[in-house]
Amino acid sequence: MFQRLRENKSVQGTLLALPTMIWLSVLLILPLLLTLVISFGRRSPDGNVIFTFTLDNYIRLLGYHTNCAGGQARCFDPIYATILWRSLVLAFNTTVLVILLGYPLAYFIARAHPKKRNLYLFMVLIPLWTNFVIRVYAWMMLLRKEGGINIALGWFANLLGIPFQPLEMLYTPGAVLVGMVYEFLPFMILPIFTSLEKIDNSLYEAAADLGANAIRTFLRVTLPLSMPGVVAGTILVFIPVMGTFIVSDILGGRQVILVGNLIQRQYLDARDPTFGAAAALILMVMTLIVTYFYTRRFGFGEEIVAV
Amino acid sequence: MAGEFAVELRDVVKNFITPEGSELAAVDHVTMQIRNGEFFSMLGSSGCGKTTSLRMIAGFEWPTEGEIYIEGKAVGHTPPFQRKVNTVFQNYALFQHMTVFENVAFGLEMEGAAKEEIKKRVAKALEMVQLTGMERRRPRQLSGGQQQRVAVARALVKIPDVLLLDEPLGALDLKLRKEMQLELKALQQQLGITFVYVTHDQEEALTMSDRIAVMSKGAVRQIGTPVEIYERPSNRFVADFIGEANFFDGRIKSLAKDEALVYVPALNADLTGLPVSDGLVNGEEVVVSIRPEKVRITAEETMNTNLFRGKVTNTVYIGTDTHVYLDVCNAKLKVYEQNRISRLDPGSFYTVGQEVLLILPPENTLFLKKD
Ligand SMILES: Nc1ncnc2c1ncn2[C@@H]1O[C@H](COP(=O)(O)OP(=O)(O)OP(=O)(O)O)[C@@H](O)[C@H]1O
Ligand SMILES: [Mg+2]
Repeated sequence: MFQRLRENKSVQGTLLALPTMIWLSVLLILPLLLTLVISFGRRSPDGNVIFTFTLDNYIRLLGYHTNCAGGQARCFDPIYATILWRSLVLAFNTTVLVILLGYPLAYFIARAHPKKRNLYLFMVLIPLWTNFVIRVYAWMMLLRKEGGINIALGWFANLLGIPFQPLEMLYTPGAVLVGMVYEFLPFMILPIFTSLEKIDNSLYEAAADLGANAIRTFLRVTLPLSMPGVVAGTILVFIPVMGTFIVSDILGGRQVILVGNLIQRQYLDARDPTFGAAAALILMVMTLIVTYFYTRRFGFGEEIVAV
Repeated sequence: MAGEFAVELRDVVKNFITPEGSELAAVDHVTMQIRNGEFFSMLGSSGCGKTTSLRMIAGFEWPTEGEIYIEGKAVGHTPPFQRKVNTVFQNYALFQHMTVFENVAFGLEMEGAAKEEIKKRVAKALEMVQLTGMERRRPRQLSGGQQQRVAVARALVKIPDVLLLDEPLGALDLKLRKEMQLELKALQQQLGITFVYVTHDQEEALTMSDRIAVMSKGAVRQIGTPVEIYERPSNRFVADFIGEANFFDGRIKSLAKDEALVYVPALNADLTGLPVSDGLVNGEEVVVSIRPEKVRITAEETMNTNLFRGKVTNTVYIGTDTHVYLDVCNAKLKVYEQNRISRLDPGSFYTVGQEVLLILPPENTLFLKKD
């Protein structure tokens, strides 16, 4: 029997994948199915789930509400679509900003002297040692009306003799964007660094040898060869930003509500898990669709393989 | 053409600071003149500074001291992309994200050539290296030999004044390497472009080159044609590095205009009629060198000078040759004898312990500076 096992590559593969498959089915597929079932249920008055089959939650997500002001049976207000759209735009903006900030830094680290390189990478990773929530709170301290940034600005204004009104930065979409960019920057820097580091120095020399100056070498050689890192980083940043609620909760307050906040509030505050489940599924489907089209176009960030 | 020399290195030094912190002269006062249109090789063992010299010509490194001239002009700190010199890299350094066509076209695009011209020249370059029809492949879809050809086409399509090649055939198997040697040589002759070729393979250098610079520890030990380097090595290092040789210590006893007499203690004899080389004085301690295939074993006593009696200690049959190891007086000598006749007949073979007569022909017995 062991003899056969040794020879049969596909059985070997299955055996190796088994622990992961069990893990995935218990902790991913089952909860997902449960969420699906719950999303078709109805909330009981005391906040429990009544298992039935109704599309009410999805109809509500589309914007048709039952508790209307004018006493109508149904009214239309696309509040959830707005939230979804806002989340999508924010995730997009965050990803673009993170690429614009992360790429030059990754490039700088990859071209640094090997001894310094590890130090720089270490510095990129240090913030990750602190709890995510605490890091976001730190931004709250900075962005508050009487926070670090306003104090510094006030000090400068005072120095230059300009009158100064503390800026309202906290609880704005900008604050959420800043927080997101800060939180997810390392997840863009690391994959870009990895793909830049893999580019053999002789390729830069070959480009120079063939007549390319630094700018053209970057555009024609460095950038295309590092695209796998950008793609991988985009996937690593876009998907979690779509779902996270902590950053918007702390830095956006009631002003900037994202899908993540919506879902969280259904489970904890509104005590309507059925609606929360429906929202979570819609978020997942939307993220999947965006990721699907993105990866169809750019791949998963693997090596550029010949067609 | 500006002047006789395509590339000239004048007293070039390149120092590196090693990771351990000490200074290392990778290239140590090298002077060489590479003529227009010649196939010039730098030959030497690993770490002797061949690649560093080549990289300085390409512009990837700058000399610590000395000056490099390309087509008669000092290049100073001119960056690589402004030198009319192109390189074929040892690992080929092909752009994996581009097709064969795009790889070869890259250099022309950088020159700002028109689309039509690029197409024409790329097609011609690919035809030259026999890769027509492979335009749309990616480097990874090619064999090692084909990738090597792309690297050559990519550099040659620019029609450089000088083509630099750093062990371009190092990654290929022996048979393909021999084929490519002949192809590269034919290409060079057909185009008339100066090739500067780096290799540590002496056979390769002898096969392909018009002239060879033999290098060791950052210095040039001899520059000459393959025949000069082999037949008239100018020092013991070169004689030892290229081919094989028997070496004996000796002392110059008399030095005439074109003939010398050298005493060799190990043979307890004077060698007469040796060709005179420059820079040696009467009475100087020297090294006598003779290639194993130049020694003649004869059956009958002749009137030859430099005739010795030896005893066979071992024989090795290797197909083309028979290697005969001998004791001559207090010296050991190896002799390679070509198997012109069949050795099937045991009588045609030397037996261990057999006494034979040897001639060390004076014109092929050299005495060299000790080093
Ligand atoms: N960037 C560098 N920094 C420090 N030392 C270097 C550097 N480049 C080369 N060297 C040293 O300079 C010496 C010559 O190197 P080079 O690469 O020119 O040798 P080579 O003749 O091409 O050898 P090989 O046949 O192994 O390629 C070596 O001792 C090498 O370690
Ligand atoms: Mg080398």
